Amino acid sequence: MSRIGVEFVYAMVERPNTAGRKKVPMDWSDSAAQATFRAEVREFLRVRLPDPYRTAADGEEASGWQADRKSADPARRETAIEWANALAEKGWVAPHWPTEFGGAGLSVLEQFIFNQEMATAEAPAVGGMGVSLIGPTLIVHGSDEQKQEHLPKILSGEVAWAQGYSEPGAGSDLASLQTRAVRDGDDYVINGQKIWTSGAQFADWLFALVRTDPEAPKHRGISFVMMDIKTPGLTVRPLTDMGWQQPFNETFFEDVRVPVRNRVGEENRGWYVGMTLLDFERSGIAGATQYAREITTLVDFVHTDAGKGFARPDFATTRLALADRRIETEVLFNFAFRIVSLQNRGMVPNYEASANKLFGSELHQRLALTGTRAFGLYGNIWDRETPRAPLEARFTRDYVRSVPHTIFSGSSEIQRNVIATRGLGLPRG
Amino acid sequence: MDLGLSETQELLKNAARDFLENECPEALVREMEEDEKGYSPQLWQKMAEQGWQGLLIPEEHGGAGFDFLDLCVLLEEFGRALVPGPFMSTVLGGAVPLMTAGSDAQKAEFLPKIASGDLIFTLALTEPSARFDEQGVQCQATVSGNEVTFTGTKLFVSDANVADYMIVAGRSAAGITLGIVPTDQAGVEVTSLLTIARDKQAEVKLNNAKGQLLGANGQGWALLAPVIQRYTVAECAYLVGLSQMDFEISVDYAKERVQFGRPIGSFQAIQHKCADMVTDVDGSRFIMYKAAWSLATDQPAAEAQLAVNMAKAWTSEATRRVVAHGQQIHGGIGFTKDYKIQLYFRRQKRAELAFGDADYHRELVAQQLGI
Repeated sequence: MSRIGVEFVYAMVERPNTAGRKKVPMDWSDSAAQATFRAEVREFLRVRLPDPYRTAADGEEASGWQADRKSADPARRETAIEWANALAEKGWVAPHWPTEFGGAGLSVLEQFIFNQEMATAEAPAVGGMGVSLIGPTLIVHGSDEQKQEHLPKILSGEVAWAQGYSEPGAGSDLASLQTRAVRDGDDYVINGQKIWTSGAQFADWLFALVRTDPEAPKHRGISFVMMDIKTPGLTVRPLTDMGWQQPFNETFFEDVRVPVRNRVGEENRGWYVGMTLLDFERSGIAGATQYAREITTLVDFVHTDAGKGFARPDFATTRLALADRRIETEVLFNFAFRIVSLQNRGMVPNYEASANKLFGSELHQRLALTGTRAFGLYGNIWDRETPRAPLEARFTRDYVRSVPHTIFSGSSEIQRNVIATRGLGLPRG
Repeated sequence: MDLGLSETQELLKNAARDFLENECPEALVREMEEDEKGYSPQLWQKMAEQGWQGLLIPEEHGGAGFDFLDLCVLLEEFGRALVPGPFMSTVLGGAVPLMTAGSDAQKAEFLPKIASGDLIFTLALTEPSARFDEQGVQCQATVSGNEVTFTGTKLFVSDANVADYMIVAGRSAAGITLGIVPTDQAGVEVTSLLTIARDKQAEVKLNNAKGQLLGANGQGWALLAPVIQRYTVAECAYLVGLSQMDFEISVDYAKERVQFGRPIGSFQAIQHKCADMVTDVDGSRFIMYKAAWSLATDQPAAEAQLAVNMAKAWTSEATRRVVAHGQQIHGGIGFTKDYKIQLYFRRQKRAELAFGDADYHRELVAQQLGI
């Protein structure tokens, strides 16, 4: 019998006994130092999180910090800047970046705690894809000039980034992308189209995967380039989603000239630059935290007088479904916890990250379904302002908003393929 | 914060796996399905030499003094190997209540003999009502000094056919009351049940069966609460090991079985089942350990209780999905008696039902959430 590498077989590092409790290596609770750090983050959020973020219901779909900083409403712009400055004081715009690049250099477990507390407070992350993707990519693969040019502007919030990976003909099969970059002197000339470029309408720069060698095997003819989003020939057109929001765009390239020095990594090695497993906390703990809170919100609501008026009379089925969702958030928390636990021992999560995304996204949809079902016909209501809307229609909206969750960043089908082939060693089809 | 095994637990796990691969092969599992006793006394003694019956028992009473989390690591391996016999009955149904509720004299009398493999215990809790709550205990208990006499019917009593003693829960004028009842008396009549897992469960008729009082008269339910919590999580640990093995066997089979000129494991229809299996097994493992950790480290009572109920609710259902997928991946060969996968399928049901299935625990979770 082969032993499939799916059990958590890593040996535990013995740690000092804390708080006089019996020493148990497997431990869901904070160490003394972790508890101190958590308290620090919590206190910071209590004092510094701007009131508009504190009192927001759930974030409107296409908003978030990146949209706020370009908002027509000056109050929203000011709030975004105030919050970014507060985080910057602590080095917490990019808590996972090394300190030499302006991050806080937090350990993965500290990042886990930080992200958990941010999610608990419903505090928006600052810096978008600049902080989460292009910054760390540049730290690993960028030239000194590229780091000096871009990293400070990401941290200051001066420049926001969007990602151009997917194309109309390259979704799950991303490496088949066809947007073409042809070398012309010191420039690449780019023609083609990207799609699902999230937040591009609010972004200043774009990083993209483009084909530089159409003759090479598909993974080996791709380069990773960065460009100012106002470069002539580049057009961003928002796409309206099924919830009337515009979270993403189509991006068109017509003879867009990008200097060769804006390429990250070697020519034709862009796939590997883009797919680098960046070494920071990637547990997705925010999801588990958010879903648990949603359940609490719903349970609290149905006990209020207003909530009783909305809850369907045959609530018994919903009640048990809610219990299941609560149990599933516990499972999701543990999947997230496993990821940081692996990372904390210097291991790179493999199929575990796919399991996490798969389970989290499908739970998100189940939770939205349970939430809408709780209110019977009131599950119709989309308008968040009307008094006829239970909980500002958040579950009905989430029922629509959660649809893409099992599609983007690798669909559920792709995640299951990854688990089966990379994780379990089943033969590729 | 961490999620991993200690060095000691790694050693325990590896030693148990090696030992059970040698000492508890599939042939023994099958043989015990049709054996009258349902366990191998030789294996029982060897397990005692490994220190397993006494794993939880303090050193002063001849045990190893490990904690409950360590026991769950071991029980995962028991599930993997489908170890037949009265181990859980003796440890969870005997040693744990004795450690929880026993007097010094009772601990000194029984615990060393449990650790040495000389005594088999079981817990006689459920009755024909098949309830796990206090109302389920209707068996009559009459207390006289340190002696208690029971009259009533206990049902689904594991390993009663070989137990030397039963921890019996009955109802006296003062409330639920526990007793340590020797089985070699006229007032104890054991009738074996033929079960889906071919394990040994019995109907036990008690007719003025006499025993020692365990804990105070009327205090039995409070004393049983930690026993039931631990037994419930122990069943989860067994299910985790069982479903892990079912999953591994199924993935190996999918790699080897060729149809349409290729291994069936290359088909996404099979791959996606395997992906769901590992997600369910892993999810079960961590939620089980969370509950075990909560009990082993004395987390606040309400949190620990919720962790136990969530663990059994999830594990009961997730492992059922795993063994169902296991059967489907195996196709026709899977439902023959000769092939091993069905051994896991049938045993999953026993442990799924033990101490409450998902429906039972989900309801308790709902109550604790305040809905």
